[in-house]
Amino acid sequence: MRRVRTLREQEGRAGLALISPTLVITIVVVVLPLLWAIMLAFQDVRLINIRRAGLFGRYTLENFSYVLAEPGFWSALVNTLVYTVAGTALSIAIGLVAALALRDKFRGRTLVRASILVPYVAPVVAVAFLWETMLNPQYGIVNTWLSQPIAFLSQAKGTFLGIEVPVALLTVIAFEAWRYFPFAFLFILARLQALPAELDEAAVVDGATPTQRFRYVIMPQLWRIIALLSVLRFVFTFTKFDDVYLLTGGGAGTEVVSVRVYNFLTARDDIGASAAQAIVLAVVLVVFLVVYLRFFGGGERAEQG
Amino acid sequence: MPSRDRVERGALRVLRPLVIAVLFLVTAFPFVYMVMLSVRDIQELILDPGSLWPSAFTLDTYVDVLTRQGFLTFLRNSLVVSAVSVAATLLISIPGAYAVARLRFFGRRQVHFLFLAVYLFPAIVLAIPLFVLFTMLGLRGSLVGLILVYIAQTVPVTVYMLRNYFETVPQSVEEAAAIDGCTRLSTIWRVVLPLSKPALMATGLYAFMIAWNEFLFALLFLVERRESWTVSLGLSQLAGSIEIPTTVLMAGSVVLTLPIVIIFFASERLLTEGLTAGAEKG
Repeated sequence: MRRVRTLREQEGRAGLALISPTLVITIVVVVLPLLWAIMLAFQDVRLINIRRAGLFGRYTLENFSYVLAEPGFWSALVNTLVYTVAGTALSIAIGLVAALALRDKFRGRTLVRASILVPYVAPVVAVAFLWETMLNPQYGIVNTWLSQPIAFLSQAKGTFLGIEVPVALLTVIAFEAWRYFPFAFLFILARLQALPAELDEAAVVDGATPTQRFRYVIMPQLWRIIALLSVLRFVFTFTKFDDVYLLTGGGAGTEVVSVRVYNFLTARDDIGASAAQAIVLAVVLVVFLVVYLRFFGGGERAEQG
Repeated sequence: MPSRDRVERGALRVLRPLVIAVLFLVTAFPFVYMVMLSVRDIQELILDPGSLWPSAFTLDTYVDVLTRQGFLTFLRNSLVVSAVSVAATLLISIPGAYAVARLRFFGRRQVHFLFLAVYLFPAIVLAIPLFVLFTMLGLRGSLVGLILVYIAQTVPVTVYMLRNYFETVPQSVEEAAAIDGCTRLSTIWRVVLPLSKPALMATGLYAFMIAWNEFLFALLFLVERRESWTVSLGLSQLAGSIEIPTTVLMAGSVVLTLPIVIIFFASERLLTEGLTAGAEKG
């Protein structure tokens, strides 16, 4: 005798059926390739011998020892860290300032708000080319404003007020801040506008000055969104490829790990070493995230207690 | 002596407009400069790099970039890739989002984790196996492979965006439809979707922007076949050449940027609300 399925069972089947296209494409195009990338990192593969490297090929740690022994990798990792931390911090700080400045209505706010969003929305290739042109030492408009032209994107080191500074790396960081502060701005502004006005008003009545209200009333309510933004921007920037590749190609002391991964994959045709570096990059990212969440999660609990 | 409050208020009254002006200048100026460069001859730029307003206005740069440099073909490729990605993303994520919003099924909680992982997952790690795979399959140079990658990267986010919206559709409306004899699929089609038009718009536009702006995978898969280049890839490849004047390439940048900016502002409300909906829960 056929058992009649309960409504609950029917619902479960319908749910799985409806979600399955989503699952199939993410598993086939994301999850399985990821597993394969891990396998490739432990094999000696190049595009020429790829067909011989099967599932049960020879596994080795050579890629990792080779990659980690190269000094270029460590300097790229340091660059990645500097680029990520500075880019994240700057974009969030500017985003916060922008959100505070645009919180209250003024004439032309819609226009300014729209203008702020454009760097984030515009295609990365277009804005990178735009920066390259504006900063060009021969005909870039920025250099016509300076007494001495600066090769912002091709000069590794320069002196500023007597201090040696990494010119190209700072330029790339500035680009990152410029392009992604609108992201932080959007989130922080949304949060600011959802804050209950009563607290702020009560603080005014109590005689709190603007900086005191910012410090003791507004900031405590923004910490969570800022913490979330820090994680998001850190994760995205740490493995970012487009921006640095398009601006400098990884030259002039701006090589980040993702650009190295790309160069090993295409120019050097060393898939194994390329995959090994990508895995190391991902592992370092996860370690940072775990440490951060520990630290931050602990802080939150302490606040509640 | 003025009180601290008065001093701070006074300072803010000066600082705030200043900050707003700087922000406006820093974000708007580069794009004004982009348009201004695109409508002049290269000679003018080299002779007088500091001038903002062109002395002789020309649109030849646009004619050059669209025809001689092949941007018309790139535009067609980008449009095909983006349109197909949008259609497929919607087709896949609508049932997926409905299931996550409404139905209790095995693994529903784990699905969220998977989506978050895909959203945060670094593209550069994914690039390696996909590059190898597409080389083996001979899919490099074809737009199909690229579209597949774009769908996989967008679907987790669009499922999330749509789910948030579907949850606001009152369940009683759906129950009424069920009583009137609608099956689950026809309920989605006739009741849920018409009520979710703004969310569908926002989702489609998000998918379009991802596909239109993407660079890394286009570079990896298409670089050897010029007739398959997208606009982003085309501009990045031609930007390195000495023969093509910078002003012509600026015209190319405008061609690449303008559609996205128009689309974004035509639908900005929908998009930003969809993307930051989670933030307000704080």
